[in-house]
Amino acid sequence: MDYLAQNGPLLLKGAALTLQLTVLAAAIGITLGTLVGLARISPWDPLRAVVSVYVEILRGTPLMVQLLLIVYGIPQALGWQVNEFHTAVVAFGVNSSAYVGEIVRAGIQSLDRGQMEAARSLGMSYGQAMRQVILPQAFRRVIPPLVNEAVTLLKESSVVAMIALTDLIRSAQLVASRTYKPFPAYLSAAAIYLVMTFTISRLAGRLERGLRTE
Amino acid sequence: MIRVEGLRKKFGDLEVLRGVDLEVRAGEVVCVIGPSGSGKSTLLRCINRLEDPTEGVITIAGEPLPTGGKALDRVRAELGMVFQRFHLFPHMTALENVMSGPLTVQKKTAAAARERASALLVKVGLADKASSYPGQLSGGQQQRVAIARALAMEPKAMLFDEPTSALDPELVGEVLAVMKQLVAEGMTMVVVTHEMGFAREVADRVLFMDGGFIVEEGPPQVVFDRPREARTRAFLGKVLQCAG
Repeated sequence: MDYLAQNGPLLLKGAALTLQLTVLAAAIGITLGTLVGLARISPWDPLRAVVSVYVEILRGTPLMVQLLLIVYGIPQALGWQVNEFHTAVVAFGVNSSAYVGEIVRAGIQSLDRGQMEAARSLGMSYGQAMRQVILPQAFRRVIPPLVNEAVTLLKESSVVAMIALTDLIRSAQLVASRTYKPFPAYLSAAAIYLVMTFTISRLAGRLERGLRTE
Repeated sequence: MIRVEGLRKKFGDLEVLRGVDLEVRAGEVVCVIGPSGSGKSTLLRCINRLEDPTEGVITIAGEPLPTGGKALDRVRAELGMVFQRFHLFPHMTALENVMSGPLTVQKKTAAAARERASALLVKVGLADKASSYPGQLSGGQQQRVAIARALAMEPKAMLFDEPTSALDPELVGEVLAVMKQLVAEGMTMVVVTHEMGFAREVADRVLFMDGGFIVEEGPPQVVFDRPREARTRAFLGKVLQCAG
């Protein structure tokens, strides 16, 4: 009991930072990723080309390298002062947008071509058809892979320990070294991660059921 | 109303339409028959530019069919299209499907769109299905909703692309009944179909297509009972034999 009273607050504070980071990064990732996905299927060749390079770079380099570059590298090169937390949110969000972009693209392409044709035949513009007909359907289909992405993001956010942010895993390290008992510290961290990821899956499951139309 | 001149369409090396001329007058009902692969669906899809013609001129109500942009959207809004596989929007109820065009394209108020959509669902006999999703409807019901959705835009002409080919036989009648109602109201219609009985009954003119050409055209009594071309006779022989 003493152990919890002494170390619980630190672990929870770390968990809160992990959660904030994940939620904000996921919001950026989903917003930006939707645009990336739309650009990937754009009828305009130059846009497709640029975005495919964007996706390849973000998918093809380690998240840790991207984080270090964006938090330390770019600000130094440009002489900027940055807030580590905000910068980390941006780094994770941008990284995630590449994966979300591919998920959204696949979701749109999995729809019957007839949906777009039916919408256009009513006189809808490409944009109207996307907003009213294609994206709402694609969104339903991509909820499971998006949940996957959110869970991955939550777990991978542990690399922020590299830039001296005290997230959940960093808190667990601190507790472990303070108490000389690594086992309960890391076990608690694992349990808290699991509670968070499980909550995400449950919420998404509820959303998915709510959107079912049959 | 609809005029097609010298229409050619190639998909890669395959030439599906090889010079088609067609004129549909306002109020006329034209049925297009022919074997699969003869180009009849492609012809229909070129009329509202779901396919881009390789060559040829299409004129709608005296204006050349725009190649894209808002001008094309406006023309499409005036040409209702009904697809073989319905293509209702599965995330919208029947009523919302019918409202979607007026709301999004014509910027009508929700109340006005709902009123019109409800009236159209009554017209196609589906007033009780307004809040059903497409997945909860039979094929025949879905196709009737799709017709109502197209009619909601108050089109000047309707294009039907094999509207009953994906239906179970017992559901064909209800869709044809709705189409006959439109004919009676004087709607301009181009119908690609395998329903020979329907074509004979309602068409002002029947076109027989084969190999990317219009092989023969004329009033249904002539095309069905006294076809001039051997290919028409062979096709009708096969089709009517099946129908008994």
